[in-house]
Amino acid sequence: MNEKRKNSTRSGSNFKWVGEVTPRPDGVDKVTGRARYGDDLKLPGMLHARVLRSPHAHAKIVSIDTSKASALEGVKGVVTYRDIPDHPLATPPYPPIIQDFHDLSRNVMARDKVLYDGHAVAAVAATSEAVAREAIKLIQVKYETLPHVLDPFEATLSDAPILHEYQFTEGADPDTSKPSNTFRTLSGERGNLVQGFSEADVIIEREFSSQPVHQGFIEPMACVASASEDGSVELWTSTQGHFVARGLLSKLLNLEISKLRVTASEIGGGFGAKTTIYGEPVAIRLSQKTGRPVRMTFTRSEVFRATGPAAGSRCRIKVGIKSDGTITAGDAEIWYQAGAFKGAPVGRALDTFFSPYNIKHIRAAAHDVCVNRPKVAAYRAPGAPMATWAMEAVLNEAADVIGIDPIDLRLRNAVKEGDTSLKGTKHGRIGLIEVLEATKNHAHYTAPLGRNEGRGFAVGYWLHGGGLSSASVILQDDGTVNVATGSPDIGGSRSSMRAMAAEELGIDVKLIKPIIADTGSLPYSYQTAGSRTTYATGMAVVNAARDVIDRLRALAATKWDIGVKDVRWDDGHAIPADKYEGEISPLSLKELAEVAMKMGGAIAGHSEINASGQGAAFCAQLVDVCVDPETGRVTPIRHTVIEDVGRAISPDYVEGQMQGGAVQGIGWALNEEYIYNENAQLQNTGFLDYRMPVASDVPMIDTVIVEVPNPNHPYGVRGVGEPPLVSAPAAVANAVENAIGTTMSHLPLTPPKILRAIGETIPEAAE
Amino acid sequence: MTDTEQISTISRVSLEVNGVSREVEVEHRLTLADCLRHKLNLTGTHIGCEHGACGSCTVLVDKRARRSCLTLAVQVEGASILTVEGLAEPNGDLHPLQTAFHNNHGLQCGFCTPGLLMTLMEFLSENQDPTEDEVREAISGNLCRCTGYQSIVGSAIQAASILRQSR
Repeated sequence: MNEKRKNSTRSGSNFKWVGEVTPRPDGVDKVTGRARYGDDLKLPGMLHARVLRSPHAHAKIVSIDTSKASALEGVKGVVTYRDIPDHPLATPPYPPIIQDFHDLSRNVMARDKVLYDGHAVAAVAATSEAVAREAIKLIQVKYETLPHVLDPFEATLSDAPILHEYQFTEGADPDTSKPSNTFRTLSGERGNLVQGFSEADVIIEREFSSQPVHQGFIEPMACVASASEDGSVELWTSTQGHFVARGLLSKLLNLEISKLRVTASEIGGGFGAKTTIYGEPVAIRLSQKTGRPVRMTFTRSEVFRATGPAAGSRCRIKVGIKSDGTITAGDAEIWYQAGAFKGAPVGRALDTFFSPYNIKHIRAAAHDVCVNRPKVAAYRAPGAPMATWAMEAVLNEAADVIGIDPIDLRLRNAVKEGDTSLKGTKHGRIGLIEVLEATKNHAHYTAPLGRNEGRGFAVGYWLHGGGLSSASVILQDDGTVNVATGSPDIGGSRSSMRAMAAEELGIDVKLIKPIIADTGSLPYSYQTAGSRTTYATGMAVVNAARDVIDRLRALAATKWDIGVKDVRWDDGHAIPADKYEGEISPLSLKELAEVAMKMGGAIAGHSEINASGQGAAFCAQLVDVCVDPETGRVTPIRHTVIEDVGRAISPDYVEGQMQGGAVQGIGWALNEEYIYNENAQLQNTGFLDYRMPVASDVPMIDTVIVEVPNPNHPYGVRGVGEPPLVSAPAAVANAVENAIGTTMSHLPLTPPKILRAIGETIPEAAE
Repeated sequence: MTDTEQISTISRVSLEVNGVSREVEVEHRLTLADCLRHKLNLTGTHIGCEHGACGSCTVLVDKRARRSCLTLAVQVEGASILTVEGLAEPNGDLHPLQTAFHNNHGLQCGFCTPGLLMTLMEFLSENQDPTEDEVREAISGNLCRCTGYQSIVGSAIQAASILRQSR
């Protein structure tokens, strides 16, 4: 493992646990089958829920008759939209991430209309899965079908079917009195585009499109709800944020926050999709109606049809460059499929297009467009990969045209400390230049290529998340420690939290058991999302550990009858000031833990923070592919990910994040897409037809961890999870272009598209 | 009995699971995966797709790797089943394959792990010194969305080496 990391440009440190590979805290339970995921909880008297879903992409609900289903033996409860409270539409000004309970209520259970194939219409709870499955077939729904629209650009045309008669484009200029599928257009501009393009020697203009892709976590959504007669509710669910889920559910269902206790199960992947709620409110209502616990587990088909993919897109971009490589101007516009309800990641798109580069004259616009597809959800760096692909493709083409090395082109324009992004983020210490140089110096960059092979390069930008996090560090009287956070562990946070706590306390990681506390046991914590957890929750853990140390110092001072200022903490011990040398012996954490119970009481440290200062990170990728000219099949043969992570707390997890993100990007670029029939019904609702990369599809993914410590974090953390997906599709697509010598503008790059591009006749079966 | 009786017929199935003889009453349409998870409470076998594509539900049926979501419980009458819960020694010592996954970061979320372990149990019993490509081919019926597969392949190679030494 150490040899594998020989390429890393990691900063040295004197840390004992931070930056070291330690035994996984969750490993044994996961290799023995003991870890409990969403569907693994069984409660006495538990019922099984199933959802009836719309077969239509767009239709009015004329009537729903549940009487036959209710009458089936074993059926204990049925819910429809009548059981889910309605809420008014959100009003401007809108926050960057809109939580509109009007929409959420309708997405959870269709109210007046169904808006996509798979939209939930009713649900039952029964004594077995089998009965529940039979029961939903007995629910009679009368629909009046309506014309549908799937493409985000077509949805903006004047004759497009309108999904929401109440939606008028926010901030439209000129103002419009007609309802529109475009919820809003976000845009930003600086400098003078006309001047910028007039200074350019080369102007490149291109259009791109991409299909929605699913996060593809292997564990389907699953939860167990148990409602009590006293109004309280317990919920067990596979989620990236149980506090956020609690917030959404309490408001949606009018529950008191303190009475809704949510426990995050072990989570079988989420990649953003488990940051919102789907079956949970329905399971809670069914439990309330039946008085029994209710488990709701989605099928894979339901996951594809009804939970949010990443937005499909249409994009156009124009970039001006001087012959010396200076980028003079950029103008980009993207249409994102929001799905049935507003909320495509338009803000992130704006922030992504040009952010790795210091360009004087830029404009970007992003449209949030409703179409008859499931509402999009976050997917690892939401909004960024497609915007990055457009910009990076154009830059690679420009480098070719003006005859400059593509990395030198980036180096010439790279943002650095003090530069400002289009959205106004003023960068602190950032590592783009270090990432680019590490990429250029990597053996991969100059390795020879064979016949039909091509090399791609791209770099991506991601502004990590900060926000609310809480932690408790609890010292037990045997000298062991629990570290409790409210952040579900999706990418190894238990390991990194434990390492930081061990470093602070000065004890072995083996003495620390990290746990994820439920919503009744810890103050609010935002989701495990936005690559924020090791940064923000890590900071809370460090604070809480320091709180413990302060209390231990105070305890030692009391015991020694000296001032607390005369006690310092070093390497797991309270140490008296030098003047007491020889008089007082240091006390270890374990000794103090024993003393505490007999003196002032148990020792714990707590922290509740709203973290900021997380900053930007960059990830570059080099990809080699081999294109089979006969079949059009693209095979990735070499892949290197180079990322500035600030500091890798748990380097094995960091590498895993980089590799996993890269392979998701390979899938996005080459294979994955939603396929609808002429009635807008999703055709590939399983893993056989929605083809994610398997082990034999991908090469070894080499990783280079670059560490340019973030000065705002006690250990220099930036975050790691998202940047590897930002630049992966762009790098893969660029490698294909390089291999076949022509530009490719529509993802995924399936064999028929490749054959068409190289002018081969396409065998009928491949179409 | 249950409310499902009128919908389907029920049979009594005898099988051996992780070395223990078990008898279960199952509906004919009940899959082995659901039988293990919900009748025998062995929830280590995971269901990711219900159609044999993700491999998470892989178990050994008479030493052969099988998709338990595509196998009916009534089909395994008299068979010997090994699930992930049966891999470790009774004294708690992990199987070398489990140790290798644990030590080499062969998992992130861990949901696909039981299926991968069972697939590799069969594969490594047949190929004791596999190449990386052979491992990749062998696990190409198991989806993992977290790792990018590399750490899984590395874990399998290391497990093979430990198993060779112990033979």
